Amino acid sequence: MAYKNFILVCGGTGCESSRADEIYQNLVREAEAQGVKNDVQVVKTGCFGFCEKGPIVKVLPSESFYVEVKPEDAKEIIAEQVVKGREVKRLLYKKDAKAAENVKVEDIEFYQKQFRIVLRNCGVINPENIDEYIARDGYAALEKVLFQMKPEDVINELKISGLRGRGGAGFPTWRKWEFSRVPQADQKYVVCNADEGDPGAYMDRSTIEGDPHSVIEAMTICGKTIGATKGYVYIRAEYPLAIDRLKIAIQQAHDYGLLGKNILGSGFDFDLEIRLGAGAFVCGEETALLQSVEGKRGMPIPRPPFPAVKGLWGKPTVINNVETWANIPVIINKGGAWFAKIGTETSKGTKVFALTGKINNSGLVEVPMGTTLREIIFDIGGGIKGGKKFKGAQTGGPSGGIITADYLDTPIDYESLTALGSMMGSGGLIVMDEDDCVVNISKFYMEFCVDESCGKCAPCRVGTNQMHAILEKITDGKGTREDLDKLKKIGMAMKKAALCGLGQTAPNPTLSTLKYFEKDYLEHIDERKCVAGKCKKLVVFEIDPAKCIGCGLCARRCPVNCITGEKKQAHVIDKMKCIKCGECYNACKFGAIVKK
Amino acid sequence: MVNAKINGIPVQVAEGTTILDAAKKVDVKIPTLCYSPDLSPWAACGICVVKVEKNPKMLRACCTPIEEGMSVITHDPEIVATRKTVIELILSTHPDDCLQCPRNQDCELQRLAADFGIREQPFDKRLRNLPVDDSSGSLIVNAEKCVRCGRCVTVCQQMQNVWAIEFLGRGEKMRIAPAADVKLGDSPCIRCGQCSAHCPVGAIYENDQTREVWDNLMKEGPEAKKCVVQIAPAVRVALGEAFGLPPGTNLTKKIYAALRRLGFDAIFDTNFAADLTIMEEGTEFVKRFAKGEGQLPLITSCCPAWVDYMQKYYPDMIPNFSTAKSPQQMMGAMIKTYWAGKAGVDPANIYSVSVMPCTAKKYENGRDKSMWSSGHKDVDVTLTTRELARMIKQAGIDLLNLPDEEADSPLGPYTGAGTIFGATGGVMEAALRTAYTLVTGEELKDVNFTGVRGISGIKEARVNIKGTEVRVAVAHQMGNIAQVLEEVRKARAEGKETPWHFIEVMACRGGCIGGGGQPYGCTDEVRKQRMRGIYDDDERQTYRCSHHNPLIKQVYQEFLGEPCGHKSHELLHTHYEEKPLYLK
Amino acid sequence: MAKMTLDQLRKLREEKKQDLTRREVEGKEIQVIVGMGTCGIAAGAKQTFDEIVKAVEEYGLGKDVIIRQTGCMGLCYVEPTVEVVMPGMPTVIYGKMTADAAKELVRKHLVEKTLLENHIFDRPAVDIVKK
Repeated sequence: MAYKNFILVCGGTGCESSRADEIYQNLVREAEAQGVKNDVQVVKTGCFGFCEKGPIVKVLPSESFYVEVKPEDAKEIIAEQVVKGREVKRLLYKKDAKAAENVKVEDIEFYQKQFRIVLRNCGVINPENIDEYIARDGYAALEKVLFQMKPEDVINELKISGLRGRGGAGFPTWRKWEFSRVPQADQKYVVCNADEGDPGAYMDRSTIEGDPHSVIEAMTICGKTIGATKGYVYIRAEYPLAIDRLKIAIQQAHDYGLLGKNILGSGFDFDLEIRLGAGAFVCGEETALLQSVEGKRGMPIPRPPFPAVKGLWGKPTVINNVETWANIPVIINKGGAWFAKIGTETSKGTKVFALTGKINNSGLVEVPMGTTLREIIFDIGGGIKGGKKFKGAQTGGPSGGIITADYLDTPIDYESLTALGSMMGSGGLIVMDEDDCVVNISKFYMEFCVDESCGKCAPCRVGTNQMHAILEKITDGKGTREDLDKLKKIGMAMKKAALCGLGQTAPNPTLSTLKYFEKDYLEHIDERKCVAGKCKKLVVFEIDPAKCIGCGLCARRCPVNCITGEKKQAHVIDKMKCIKCGECYNACKFGAIVKK
Repeated sequence: MVNAKINGIPVQVAEGTTILDAAKKVDVKIPTLCYSPDLSPWAACGICVVKVEKNPKMLRACCTPIEEGMSVITHDPEIVATRKTVIELILSTHPDDCLQCPRNQDCELQRLAADFGIREQPFDKRLRNLPVDDSSGSLIVNAEKCVRCGRCVTVCQQMQNVWAIEFLGRGEKMRIAPAADVKLGDSPCIRCGQCSAHCPVGAIYENDQTREVWDNLMKEGPEAKKCVVQIAPAVRVALGEAFGLPPGTNLTKKIYAALRRLGFDAIFDTNFAADLTIMEEGTEFVKRFAKGEGQLPLITSCCPAWVDYMQKYYPDMIPNFSTAKSPQQMMGAMIKTYWAGKAGVDPANIYSVSVMPCTAKKYENGRDKSMWSSGHKDVDVTLTTRELARMIKQAGIDLLNLPDEEADSPLGPYTGAGTIFGATGGVMEAALRTAYTLVTGEELKDVNFTGVRGISGIKEARVNIKGTEVRVAVAHQMGNIAQVLEEVRKARAEGKETPWHFIEVMACRGGCIGGGGQPYGCTDEVRKQRMRGIYDDDERQTYRCSHHNPLIKQVYQEFLGEPCGHKSHELLHTHYEEKPLYLK
Repeated sequence: MAKMTLDQLRKLREEKKQDLTRREVEGKEIQVIVGMGTCGIAAGAKQTFDEIVKAVEEYGLGKDVIIRQTGCMGLCYVEPTVEVVMPGMPTVIYGKMTADAAKELVRKHLVEKTLLENHIFDRPAVDIVKK
């Protein structure tokens, strides 16, 4: 038995609520009724995203993509598609109402919301098999660079592409390369920053795990371009799988003669070495990273001189992060002009985001620059978990800020995010809903910076500590309005006077929430209240006597025995003893425990 | 040359000049804390931030080179407010016991707080209650007061190449301490004290022994001892700085007077002992060089920090070391033997104090058994220049208006050769002046060997002693030593002739005048002025060669016999042994 | 493999490219590809992989099926993920492929040639390399 057709009915939360289940039932019934039961399998799937056009029905192998399907359409779909083998034109996705013809599935906007340049091979090839990388145009860019292009051509191609560093600040990549290419030096270096450290970010790890050769090829290209024969990949020791795959890839490239002496007979030598980082966040800062590669304590040093001019052991050094590297072979293969067509005026290409938090479809997404947050969160990400209200999206980790609902439609690029008081950062994107407390989250990020400050410069070392202490005071319900001024005062001084990016941006989460969510801070200060219920000291748990049936489950769960009451009588919480762990709240099946 | 503007004032400076230095040129003072002109900028504190037109960020003036066409603003309300907040942040982690602090009124943080008119502390105090490390005997580390400017670490690692101090911990927990958190006394520290001389606050300072000296000076009745004091060459040209005089002002005779007023029974001069050292070491050199007795090169040993460094890092050089003690220790031995006999005092009843530009001398006076050559501790206690300044102030002595006085004889009068011990190259020059005569039997027409003078880190010279060429090298600032010694090692390993016959080494930049116990604020400018003071003193002297000192001749005649003779060996020479870098 | 020359690399690439279009690897027609990034492995992809190997053997499909690994497909919320490529069936990505689900996958998809309910997800992006 083999089916001729498969009808996939989107079973995501969005489509479910828009009657996907009914559509499914109707399709099954119609297939039976029209006698084609054995020709078609109707399947419910997970969320396809694109929920705004749901419910979505996809028919394979014809790849017909139907949107906004209604249960009554089932009959026609079976009759046309399965019985007669024709598409139901009126249901096919169209770019807009006026477009007469339907568009091919791969041209559907939705399918272009994600555009995979960096992740082109992730989840496609076996990362431990160099042949599969080669089969997908792997090392073709290196060929070009070794045998057809002059170093100036490579840099020019990068210049045309408009590629900017994906590590955070967005410095034009070609300029870095050019700074290193120009000076004469007996040795130059190429470094890959794989010291991904933002909480919630894992783009670089996944890229190395899924496609290690793209980084190796890119670094070799850079070596040839600037005249370096030695490269280092600085990668966190906490990424064992990525390290393993990278080692395997380096070995395979060596075996094939794509690394080492006289690559492909071109006379060019290039070799890579892996350096493990011990997990200090500050070692993601390029000067600290280079210190660490040299075997010194990982602390930032002043720039200028920039690493491109005076980097590892004082030699010109190009340092880019994993995502930046992964773009390079594609730019060389397809040309800078191709790349420059993607993205916005100032920011070209794509950006990979690690989409996490209160989102239905968490995962790695790669979108063209200029995509809006709304598209990422609601189209690709499938919206907020549990249908809750969107509160904000955190980008840039501890260096970034929180973007509010008002700015969901801002096209994302380096400039627009900075203007919103956040930053691109490496690409962590954490979605928050109404149950999240921004004051608490700011405190969390500040605590992270307190732990990760290297201690070298006073503004960061003391500033993070003092800001954290004030935030703690506020979340404990002891804050004053003056404290908000102090937060701003310290924050501004840190932005101006801290030595490295970590310290300069550490106040961002706090300053941006102070700007967009001042109300939340004032609630904590004036009313001693945390509406989201996340600041433990401000939360009070009570039992609603009208709802409590006296089952005693909460009392049994309470770790400090502060809930008492007769069986089948409403229970009471002793607020003096309560440690606000929330166990009772989670245990109660009757919604009788109230969080205030 | 680069043309730029600072606060609208045009400035022209050499390429690579920092904004900070360029600003100085047009009389604009940018406040700093972690910056020291002696060290490469560490860029930690964030106080020297300035604005540069068209740059959205503030930049650190200490480490940003000024560029062609740059327009810099050093002071505006936002910049000043930023600096002030940073100072307030630093103060929030700094103890408020300024009145009890060794750096009270001589503290760079205090000065900043005063300049910025800090009148309140807006942020909560966050102290760490760190313990004080007094294990070294020479230096005290009070990490609680540390502002983590990084100067001591840079000095210890880059300038001195000792690597005794390191940053431990991260963030607010970062503190200065020896690696692996051992005590300073158990670490590779050579006690040169450069960390203390560069510390802007009271986090590292000399072990203050003035109270002990006061106690002895004040004792009466049968308990009272004869208090005797010696002052080192470099003290006389630096002490004045603590009293507002320019560096290099020679206060020798006022210091004698002040010491007498402090209650010392006899005032001697280490310069005399320096002459003695030359007699011994010069003779030793001639033996090795002309007679082939012992290894070449001969390496000087009067710097105790250097001796410690050699014992820890270059024990293979022990046979090359001059066995002659340092002037301080020779003087100590002579006081409790020769002078005690002459004055009819029981050496057990002598309390011998030395005043030195140096914190390592505090350690040297008890380094090994040979420092008890008189049968007693030859030097009981060593004070630094900074401690002497405090004692003079405590005693209410108006130093600058005191009448000149002379030192006591016979261990006081000195030659120009003795006084130049205070500057880098001085020992070498003094030794050459005498060695020439010892080898040739003739006197020099011109005693000035200018090739070994000056501030450059390694100096080489070839000296013609009647047809025989003597190759000498002078190195100062510990970080410059390795280069010299590695060449010696290399030649030795390759079986080649030694590149130099005689090497002088001083641990501190500029020699003793730049010592770790000298008044604060030492820069190359200050060093040069102090050197000037030293060489002026040399030129003023009637005798400029140690062997011409009539009292030196007398001492040999009456007491010691001949240089490197039996008695000398007992009293004026020592020996060395290899030492581990870490004691535990 | 010995070190390659430029021509050898080009030849190898062409060969491997054809392999891809033939959709046939090492003479086997059916490919089962397991997402083995850290996210997948943390969600149990190793067990899934083992279970598929076992089930394929049990159904006697060993000669037709090649089981491969790949990196993260980006669908971290439904890890472990498994892609199935076989003739006569649409190529689909399955999510939430626990060891138990994997067993069912082999039975239904490979043997009975029907799709699994509630496990199909999609990688909504065009392949820029193929295009």
